[in-house]
Amino acid sequence: MKILVAVKRVIDYNVRVRVRADGSGVETANVKFSMNPFDEIALEEAVRLKESGAATEVIAVSIGPVQAQETLRSALAMGADRAILIQTDEAVEPLAVAKLLAAVARRESVELAILGKQAIDDDANQTGQMLAALLDWPQGTFASKLSIENGHAIVTREIDGGLETIRLALPALITTDLRLNTPRYASLPNIMKAKKKPLEVLTQAELGVDITPRLVTLKVEEPPKRKAGVKVADAAQLFDKLKHEAKVI
Amino acid sequence: MTREQMEIDCVVVGAGPSGLAAAIRLKQLKPDLSVCVLEKGSEVGAHILSGAVFEPRSLNELIPDWQAKGAPLNTAAKDDHFYYLTRSKAYPLPTPPPMHNHGNYIISLGNLCRWLAGQAEALGVEIFTGFAAAEVLYGEDGHVKGVATGDMGIGKDGKPTETYTPGVELLARQTIIAEGCRGSLTRTLFERFDLRADCDPQTYGIGFKELWEIDPAKHQPGKILHTIGWPLTADTYGGSFCYHLENHQLIVGFVVGLDYANPFLSPFEEFQRYKTHPLIRPLLEGARRLSYGARAISAGGAQSVPKLTFPGGVLVGDTAGFLNVPKLKGSHTAMKSGMLAAEAVAEALDSGAVEAASYPARLKQSWLWRELYAVRNIKPSFKWGLWPALAYAALDSFVLRGRAPWTLHHTPDHTRLKPAAASKPIAYPKPDGKLTFDRLSSVFVSNTNHEENQPAHLKLKDAAVPIAINLKLYDAPEQRYCPAGVYEIVEGPALRINAQNCIHCKTCDIKDPTQNIVWTVPEGGGGPNYPNM
Repeated sequence: MKILVAVKRVIDYNVRVRVRADGSGVETANVKFSMNPFDEIALEEAVRLKESGAATEVIAVSIGPVQAQETLRSALAMGADRAILIQTDEAVEPLAVAKLLAAVARRESVELAILGKQAIDDDANQTGQMLAALLDWPQGTFASKLSIENGHAIVTREIDGGLETIRLALPALITTDLRLNTPRYASLPNIMKAKKKPLEVLTQAELGVDITPRLVTLKVEEPPKRKAGVKVADAAQLFDKLKHEAKVI
Repeated sequence: MTREQMEIDCVVVGAGPSGLAAAIRLKQLKPDLSVCVLEKGSEVGAHILSGAVFEPRSLNELIPDWQAKGAPLNTAAKDDHFYYLTRSKAYPLPTPPPMHNHGNYIISLGNLCRWLAGQAEALGVEIFTGFAAAEVLYGEDGHVKGVATGDMGIGKDGKPTETYTPGVELLARQTIIAEGCRGSLTRTLFERFDLRADCDPQTYGIGFKELWEIDPAKHQPGKILHTIGWPLTADTYGGSFCYHLENHQLIVGFVVGLDYANPFLSPFEEFQRYKTHPLIRPLLEGARRLSYGARAISAGGAQSVPKLTFPGGVLVGDTAGFLNVPKLKGSHTAMKSGMLAAEAVAEALDSGAVEAASYPARLKQSWLWRELYAVRNIKPSFKWGLWPALAYAALDSFVLRGRAPWTLHHTPDHTRLKPAAASKPIAYPKPDGKLTFDRLSSVFVSNTNHEENQPAHLKLKDAAVPIAINLKLYDAPEQRYCPAGVYEIVEGPALRINAQNCIHCKTCDIKDPTQNIVWTVPEGGGGPNYPNM
């Protein structure tokens, strides 16, 4: 069984994201980028499936500028067998990403696709679901546990009020939640070895996918600053403020 | 689990200007050597913080066609301004000759390092970011045989977690230590090989820097402003810098000599209130602070440079201490020392010698040493106070021209604190959140992070000292000299160490009066993530 894992290059989670002075988007110059943390979890799960013998090959796929090769090298260092970059400098929307990934999934005849449940830059939480629909595959989203048994994926999902376990016939799509696993560190020797693993670069044209944006960003602005709190003397004053100032009761 | 081993010709510890210059020079001389660079920051440049007005002399020598190769030297230095500040006034002073910046560039040193890393990789240097060199490895005969990276995935309790990944031993024929000011491995090497036996103690400063995006109408690319005086008193060494970078960005920064005596002094708050001076405030009004950081710098100059070689390796850059204090520059000297060391290392690797013994001689014959030696008496003269020092500096620069037949000496910074009982408390104004800030909101914009579940990397030799001595005698000065709020006295009283906030400036390791705090490397990748600092 071949597994496709999508990995996105995003602004690092430690970086305080800043809106550009002209409101056209967020500042990306001189900013540290790294792999979307949910995708690291997806990759870790795929590598574990391969290590357990349930999978034969893990293919990491990224869509983005030439620098996304670094993200793919990290994926290879963590244990992916090979990588594919669909190189574009355009902004790609979730539907375009899903179409590109569907094309790769068909080309590579993968039986399982594991994606992060969302990327921490746009928080869209759409690509996985769209990909499942395009491929007409069953989907197990927000997985907190995954196992492969007799041609099926058994997925535990965290839902309101408890856990739901579902069984999907392969081929299937999984999106990962935070608690699925703790990704490993890429060790120094593995980073060395990753430099020699295959990394293929494709274009959307080669995959026959139109990625023209369908959405227009009007403006990006920072949320209003939170005002400093005040201390109230007693419950009566609190009631008064809630009723007359905040007007919430 | 045992550690994996990798055999290489040369390992460089630290991807700053000196380490990268050394790696590049080594590969230029010997393309077939295997050269690895370890960097504890999550990426090259993540831990780099500098003014910076950059003198391109070393870069011209290392990569003469840097312009064609797109080095990020974008803003040519223009006018130099130098002021003496009182609380409300600014008096222009003549700009001392070493501070003339014609031909220099206002840059982000972090961005220059990122570019140098690309040049190094193009020559075949392997750079591993997010890996801290945690331990020096010794051969049976006592020579340095490389370094080991730190283990990853060790929990707070010191036990391996499920992601435990053991460190790797990089076995190298030569090890180039380029850790920057007050390197943690350097410190162990000083002791092991007694490298400081014949030099003065090192003396240091702490430098703060903030990057602002200002009103384009107030922005004058290339303008350089330095000040001395307020808010520091005449017995404290220090001053400010303010540079107009590209893209409407303004750098404001402040340096305080760590030989200050008053334990109530807070370098961080001196910097914050400096920004409220009428000379600076108008520039920052309505502007946006983009980033913050701080880093210790070596200020001892020529007389504090230790023995630079030992069996199996060399020291380069600011961990040895090549900063030119009156020039306020250390990047060109750091790079030059790396290049000279690389030439000696190449020679040693060729001949099979265990020590790159020609490095000191190459240094002494270079412009770098002439430059440092000429200004060696300026910084130590500041122990007499600001005005006598300025008078001496003028005498030294204009009359003696650096050829004084004497050399002034240094005393270690940590011995300079006076007891709190003999010192005057300083009342600092509260931050306004617009122009001035507190430590925590500042650390926030340094993008600092450490894996939470790991042992504290700031170690106390004796757990009782912070209360019994530091608090009792000096009113716990670590609360004030730490630029990141790592040290907190909490009820008990007890010292709480918020190691996660650490921005790797090393000031605690330097200034702690009993030298009880030891800075060690945390798990690789931790620390600040400076953008273009």
